[in-house]
Amino acid sequence: MAKLQGSRINPKHFSLSQLKFYIILVPLSLFMIIPVIYQINQAFKPLGELYAFPPTIFVKNPTFKNFQDLFALSGTTGVPMTRYLLNSIAVTILTIILNLIITVSAAYAFSKKKFRFKNTLFNLNQMALMFVATAVGVPRYLIIVNTGLINNWMAHILPLIAMPVGLFLVKQFVDQIPDALIEAAIMDGAKDFKVIQKVIIPLVRPALATTVVFTFQAAWQATEASNNFITNDTMKTLAFYLNSLSTNNAVAAAGMTAAATVLLFLPNLIIFIIMQSNVMNTMTHSGIK
Amino acid sequence: MTGSKQNQVKQIRRKKLSSSKDGMRTFFLMLPYGLLFLAFIAVPIAVAIGLSFTYFDVINVPKFAGLSNYIMLVTQDESFLKFVLPNTLKFGLIVGPGGYILSFVLAWMLSQIQKIPRIILTLAIYTPSMASGVFIQVIWKTIFSGDQRGILNNFLMEADVIDQPIQFLLSPDYIMNIMIIVSLWASMGIGFLAMISGILNVNEELYEAAYVDGIKNRFQEIIYITIPSMKPQMLFGAVMSIVNAFNMGYIGVALSGQNPTPGLAGQLITNHIDDFGFLRYEMGYAAALSVVLLLVVTMFSKVAHGLFGERD
Repeated sequence: MAKLQGSRINPKHFSLSQLKFYIILVPLSLFMIIPVIYQINQAFKPLGELYAFPPTIFVKNPTFKNFQDLFALSGTTGVPMTRYLLNSIAVTILTIILNLIITVSAAYAFSKKKFRFKNTLFNLNQMALMFVATAVGVPRYLIIVNTGLINNWMAHILPLIAMPVGLFLVKQFVDQIPDALIEAAIMDGAKDFKVIQKVIIPLVRPALATTVVFTFQAAWQATEASNNFITNDTMKTLAFYLNSLSTNNAVAAAGMTAAATVLLFLPNLIIFIIMQSNVMNTMTHSGIK
Repeated sequence: MTGSKQNQVKQIRRKKLSSSKDGMRTFFLMLPYGLLFLAFIAVPIAVAIGLSFTYFDVINVPKFAGLSNYIMLVTQDESFLKFVLPNTLKFGLIVGPGGYILSFVLAWMLSQIQKIPRIILTLAIYTPSMASGVFIQVIWKTIFSGDQRGILNNFLMEADVIDQPIQFLLSPDYIMNIMIIVSLWASMGIGFLAMISGILNVNEELYEAAYVDGIKNRFQEIIYITIPSMKPQMLFGAVMSIVNAFNMGYIGVALSGQNPTPGLAGQLITNHIDDFGFLRYEMGYAAALSVVLLLVVTMFSKVAHGLFGERD
């Protein structure tokens, strides 16, 4: 019966009619993932395998030597690699925490408070979803200079905190919380801070997890600040260091470059896999009306 | 909840919302986000627009120059009209709307298979979009590298297709296509995920009703049911695709290692901005280019809103 055709979305069982989708999807997925797998394997290859002809995807005799070399390395200015790594960790953690705090407060205000120009302001944020940061590199630089943030840790963090996508997704989630729940909390004497802490945050966890995933990706891999806003080498980040490693591309450094790319990429992948179901849950409410 | 309690709630709510103290609190809830939004998104755009009407070399105070930057753009900057603008539109169209259609098709196919393989394949397709500039650059440079180490060259020479390695990344004939492939590879991101979840959440009864009403095949299913039921996700996906396309603007310079890119074949507005802004310190002109870029992005997004936005 034709009626059954409609329920093919999200099928519970395998049927031959799905085969055609696998025939397209599997090779395409391989095309997508093989370069990544290859690069991750590169990091564990000993020197001989790195330059083997023909190149192989998978490592045969995995070694941590590339990572050891990388960690033992100091930049041209004498700054040890571990310093860049620690800088990146500190900057990323701070960015995520501050981003969560300001995003959830603004989302709560947008969703549950009444104030003038609320819709205009939210529409403005929605327009900013299409903000292309690279278009305004110059003005951003001028703002950093004029606010005295050059060579300040905050130059890494502040430009990344206000993330329109994050606010948008969290606000969509706060919208789902019934007003009665918040009113009950207010009746029990809770102030805004308590409401956010006890009602909002527990109920919008998936959206917050999603925001963490995207903020992590943005902060951990950011190079704008290290390139333009920071001149002091001891304050630059891992992503910047990796950039300089790969452009100075000495042949011997290929293994170390691969190790560094893995340090830069793998945490994203792991965090995404852990948060995967939260992210998909959030995406259900991602629509722009 | 009892009636009296409900009344109490309403009273409190009215009181809370009307009191100026609450207004103050709302203001402080919004303040941090608002300030940072202003400082790093709104003001930079305003400054770019302002500077685009000036002559500014970073050292001296900006001098008002009227429309001269824009006039120079269309009359004197030969490379802009001949290469940069057409390149940007071509790249933007294929990677933006093209990548968008691709991500919808993939999302739809993924929704037609079972859950566990779907999660695995989705992860494989999504993973490249998590890669940062450097990661993308290192991987694809190894593949397209112009010497013997280049995997593609190596493969083609083994297969006797070519005798000499091809300088893929330095050749004006190849660079644009490579940029497009790499950008599409890295573009199945958050919009793609949103569309999968949009398709999976279309009410199944709608399909059944539609078949009763005479829909005959899956194509009609997509056109009449799936897409109209997930317009909000379609719009979100569209905006994300557009942004992604223009955020990939650095890729040509990153892959070729040269700004301008060889023969200007891969030169996009983004690179042109860096060229004039950070290499030649002609900030006024760079700002005018930024404004053009922002206008192009806005234009793309307007089309998306026209297609999928709610008209009421």
